[in-house]
Amino acid sequence: MNENKPILSINNLSKRFKLRGGKLLEKQQILHALSNVSLDIYEGETLGVIGESGCGKSTLGRCIVQLHKPSSGEIIYKGENILNKTGKELKQLRKDIQIIFQDPYSSLDPRKTAGAAIEEPMIIHNLYTPKERKEKVLSLMKEVGLDTQHVYRYPHEFSGGQRQRINIARALALDPKIIVCDEPVSALDVSVQAQVLNLLNDLQKKHNLTLIFISHDLSVIKHVSNRVAIMYLGKVVELCDSKEIYTNPKHPYTQALLSAIPPESPFEKKVQIELKGEIPSPIGEQKGCALATRCPYVTERCTKEIPVLRDVADGHQVACFLY
Amino acid sequence: MTKTVIEVKDLKTYLYSASGVVKAVDGVSFSIESGKTLGIVGESGSGKSMTASSIIRLLPRNKGKIVSGTINFDGKDVLSLNKKELLQFRGKDVAVIFQDPMSALDPVFKVGDQMVEMICAHQNISKTEAKKKAIDALAKVGIPNPEKRMESYPYELSGGMCQRVIIAMSACKNPKLVIADEPTTALDVTVQAQVLKLLKEMQSKLNNAILLITHNLGIVWEMCDSVMVMYAGKTVEYATTKDLYTEPLHPYTWGLLDSIPKLSDENKTRLNAIPGTPPDLRLTGSCCNFYNRCPYVKEVCKEKVPPLIEIKEGHFVACHRQNFDERLEKGEVDKNE
Repeated sequence: MNENKPILSINNLSKRFKLRGGKLLEKQQILHALSNVSLDIYEGETLGVIGESGCGKSTLGRCIVQLHKPSSGEIIYKGENILNKTGKELKQLRKDIQIIFQDPYSSLDPRKTAGAAIEEPMIIHNLYTPKERKEKVLSLMKEVGLDTQHVYRYPHEFSGGQRQRINIARALALDPKIIVCDEPVSALDVSVQAQVLNLLNDLQKKHNLTLIFISHDLSVIKHVSNRVAIMYLGKVVELCDSKEIYTNPKHPYTQALLSAIPPESPFEKKVQIELKGEIPSPIGEQKGCALATRCPYVTERCTKEIPVLRDVADGHQVACFLY
Repeated sequence: MTKTVIEVKDLKTYLYSASGVVKAVDGVSFSIESGKTLGIVGESGSGKSMTASSIIRLLPRNKGKIVSGTINFDGKDVLSLNKKELLQFRGKDVAVIFQDPMSALDPVFKVGDQMVEMICAHQNISKTEAKKKAIDALAKVGIPNPEKRMESYPYELSGGMCQRVIIAMSACKNPKLVIADEPTTALDVTVQAQVLKLLKEMQSKLNNAILLITHNLGIVWEMCDSVMVMYAGKTVEYATTKDLYTEPLHPYTWGLLDSIPKLSDENKTRLNAIPGTPPDLRLTGSCCNFYNRCPYVKEVCKEKVPPLIEIKEGHFVACHRQNFDERLEKGEVDKNE
């Protein structure tokens, strides 16, 4: 692993969605989906991104593959800001950064066979001859553990786990460097989930892939990632080694998240740190720490200033005034 | 004081489709005492939700049918109730909490109106009293501004709030049995913890029995007294929660326990996934349903259906290889062979 030079750098990335009110002449409101997110992703590692629904983790993934146009900030890949690219250059870039979506059912075209779905990205990018493509499809299917006889089957004939394997094969078809996995296993049963996690792990080693793994399941994230970023309301609140997150969580939100996870045995009794109330709305002006209304350690400063992500110990970064 | 609230014996629910008979629930037996919680775990398609639907007789019309078995609820035979009695049973004695809280509430009526309607339907009280009761119940489940929330439509509430409203609704009628069918699958972990806590608090107050259906074993460890593992419509193991954790006996349970990534694991090892996929439920019934995925499979497993036998007091397992004098032990066969 090359720890020194990041393969992808995200600097101060923000994404704001404009909301249209229902009434005429109503003032337009702004939803802050991502605010000033900065992350470095190193080659060959898995960066886990975790958070509750609505915290902006999927928006982050979509911004990286440019399905959303970020409002401000930059994403540096191979020394260039990829947000300025358009047309041909952008298409070239998309070859290197692929995405796997959460729902294996709706991310496949129901009228395309498995083979056609895997072949399509290669056709779009004009790679290989038709014969080579066919061979590549079969070798990809073998690689992800699908029966090559199923190449002419349609998505509805596959189970959820198999469909997710087709999605993985399709993402691999262009030999990408980075794959964004947006909750790839949350729609699957535990036994199938374990199969897919093992597969992703094997493929990563074989192709030296860099994975950005988005999930809401902390134990899955802990299992697959080298480093973990915890997001809350559009901000990264903690970034650390995946071991640290379990043994030494620092941010009050991370602590609460950990304590909310069901126990691992009937003998384990958890002390629950309860966060009062619901996640505040990301709509409108942001003032102070996003957790201030729910945090048990809230101080006056938290309600006025926005804490920034700072290094507190050995690569362990926290955005909290307590440290 | 404990008494058996519900006793299900040898329940068989079949679904009739054009391509054959699907044995969704194939001979399931269990009982729950008041104040206790039974968990049913299994993968999708293992028949856990169909078991719950069978209890309240909410099966797809013309398609689903309870073929045999008895369901005894507090001295009543549920399967022989007539239409009126059934309404009473569903509305008063049993409360069901479904997986998707948003679709469990009617989107075109206010939350308060739905609660009042439900209370008035089964209790002989006036509308104002019912309203008071509803506000009370909403406050108890921790909804801020209950008077205001009574006037909200379901879409104005978040998933966690909706689930609380449904729990409040069920608490209003003092049910003897609460069936929670994946109550927290659609919710975030922090909200899940709150909802589970609410269910527990309600149980300690009303001393009701809970049938908790889930695929998350962590929730089972936290909530349940005993647990039933289902696979392809059949019970494969039935034990107290502690027994199941310390001494699981069925190979499927082993696979299930091994395939969950653990937070406390220091080193990243490969997960021991169960290879293959569950069988087609139209073709089951002549052998052990798990034989094609089981690493310990023997000839007998392909020939006979294993009966559910009691190995230890209160610990049932359905596996041929647990009947022998030489008891099967985990790790006998190397999975990578």
